[in-house]
Amino acid sequence: MSELIIKDLQVSVDTEDGPKEILKGVTLTIKDGETHAIMGPNGSGKSTLAYSIAGHPKYTITGGSVTLDGEDVLAMSVDERARAGLFLAMQYPVEVPGVSVSNFLRTAKTALDGEAPKLRTWVKDVNTALEKLNLDPTFGTRSVNEGFSGGEKKRHEIAQLELLNPKVAILDETDSGLDIDALKVVSEGVNRFREQDGKGVLLITHYTRILRYIQPDHVHVFVNGRVAESGGPELAEELEANGYERFLTEAAV
Amino acid sequence: MTSTVTDNALESAASALELGPGFSHLNPPPSYDLGDHPVPTGREEIWRFTPLKRLRGILDGEASTAALTWETTLPAGVTLTEISDAEAREIGELAPNDRPSALAAANAGALLLDVPAEAEIAEPIVLRLHGESVDDLVWGRLIVRVGRHAQATVAIVHTGSARYAAITTVLVGDGAAANVLSLQDWDDDAVHLGRDAIRVGRDATVKHTSISFGGDVVRMHANVEYAGPGGDAELLGLYFADAGQHLEHRLFADHTAPKTKSHVVYKGALQGQGAHTVWIGNVLIRKVAEGIETYEENRNLVLSDGCQADSVPNLEIETGEIEGAGHASATARFDDEQLFYLRSRGVSEKEARRLVVHGFFNDLIRKVGIPMIEEQLLSTVEAELAKNVLKDLD
Repeated sequence: MSELIIKDLQVSVDTEDGPKEILKGVTLTIKDGETHAIMGPNGSGKSTLAYSIAGHPKYTITGGSVTLDGEDVLAMSVDERARAGLFLAMQYPVEVPGVSVSNFLRTAKTALDGEAPKLRTWVKDVNTALEKLNLDPTFGTRSVNEGFSGGEKKRHEIAQLELLNPKVAILDETDSGLDIDALKVVSEGVNRFREQDGKGVLLITHYTRILRYIQPDHVHVFVNGRVAESGGPELAEELEANGYERFLTEAAV
Repeated sequence: MTSTVTDNALESAASALELGPGFSHLNPPPSYDLGDHPVPTGREEIWRFTPLKRLRGILDGEASTAALTWETTLPAGVTLTEISDAEAREIGELAPNDRPSALAAANAGALLLDVPAEAEIAEPIVLRLHGESVDDLVWGRLIVRVGRHAQATVAIVHTGSARYAAITTVLVGDGAAANVLSLQDWDDDAVHLGRDAIRVGRDATVKHTSISFGGDVVRMHANVEYAGPGGDAELLGLYFADAGQHLEHRLFADHTAPKTKSHVVYKGALQGQGAHTVWIGNVLIRKVAEGIETYEENRNLVLSDGCQADSVPNLEIETGEIEGAGHASATARFDDEQLFYLRSRGVSEKEARRLVVHGFFNDLIRKVGIPMIEEQLLSTVEAELAKNVLKDLD
């Protein structure tokens, strides 16, 4: 089981003009086995939510709480959060020159499990995961994210999701920049993860397109650092038809 | 605290300085005459980064009979013999281009390491040079000759301590392939002023790697020039400066023939108060050198406060007819985004730092092409990391 509870989360970043408030009190509960989609226009704070939960040093938490199965996530270091069961698939995965994908995956798995994975099954698991995401077997010898195409970076993130198998996955605009074939492959990977018992997903996206492949249980519209409206999948359909106009107008009033 | 942080700089040939014919102002003409290499004041272009006081009087040029102990692995067919000064010059030794190398030529007995023409020597030729004490002033003079169409790998490994000034020449015959490595793995107090100069034969290829870990002051030249068209030189370097260390690498690719190539990659890491590295990458494309390609790159990773990395690429071009010329130089601290990415996968901060630094050097270490040395380098990088970067994170 897993339950991620975000309560009144307030986050700011340092700018040249002093601290700037980005999240202005976000409250969300992702229960056991649920998939929540967060949709919103650019600059609404969607990515800030993702990175704050993961513990990026750029963001300062000024209020509120985040707990995973009752444990205080905000008190944990970045790697402790991952070991507690959080995973962030990044919008812009970072290049780590000279570190091979296979070395990286093995190091991460070892860190998460507290012991090195059994070599034979691990190699097989890695090859299977790469294959399912249409990544070449030689992919493991390449440096992490270096020279990857946009699609390869995203597929590599989802391969990690499958191999590292967290409790809760936060997907930050995993669909952006993907063609339809890659989008399907990535969505299938996320769905395989969701089919397991008790896995939570927080799917952050700008577009409704990915929601045709990954059916959310709840949809939240994010505007100006807050959840402006929550609903079921039908809310996504409304956004598909009418865009964010209504919410932006309301926020401006 | 000083930390020099240079942004990525890429410069195309078109924007580079156009100079008239004549000699490179950055590289004084080679000469055996000590009068041409006066005692530096520290204001000269070629000396301005070097801490002269810490050279412990090497530049005074006293005669000395002290020597390093040599332990050599010479595969069949390879010879190491003493030769006279006249013979050294006759063979084609590349004349000294600074005072320490001129003093070394004047004071040291010359040795010739000879790989005959067409010999293909698979096993590395290893020269282990060990010094007993920094009180010993040692002069060294070596010529490595790889004959026409021959293939050989030469590793020169320096350990222990000394005040050591050496002039080394590598003559690569037409169509030959040479891989030459100089490892400076000295004790903390050693001073090493080395000049390696390479003459690349027609259609020959050469790889030269300079690696500096130990020593108080290490200043190494790696110069390359071409005896004919088609020569290809790859110049690699790796250094790791700790507190108080001065590690200086001066490159000079002198494109003296058409259709020649030079490719330079030097990578360094710095940690601890007063760690100082200098990288000078000079490239001269002479009027005759049409259709050449050159690229040089220097990257420095600053691992703690109080370090200084100087990185100066220079490109002088006397002909417009070139295939490609470029350079890049970057000095940066640990990349927070890289660390965040790795840590977000559960990897501890310590392990993440270790991965990033290993990754930084790995690409270069893999290119060295001498398995024995590659393994040693990986473990030396690990040991260097244990000193500082990882120390406080247990």
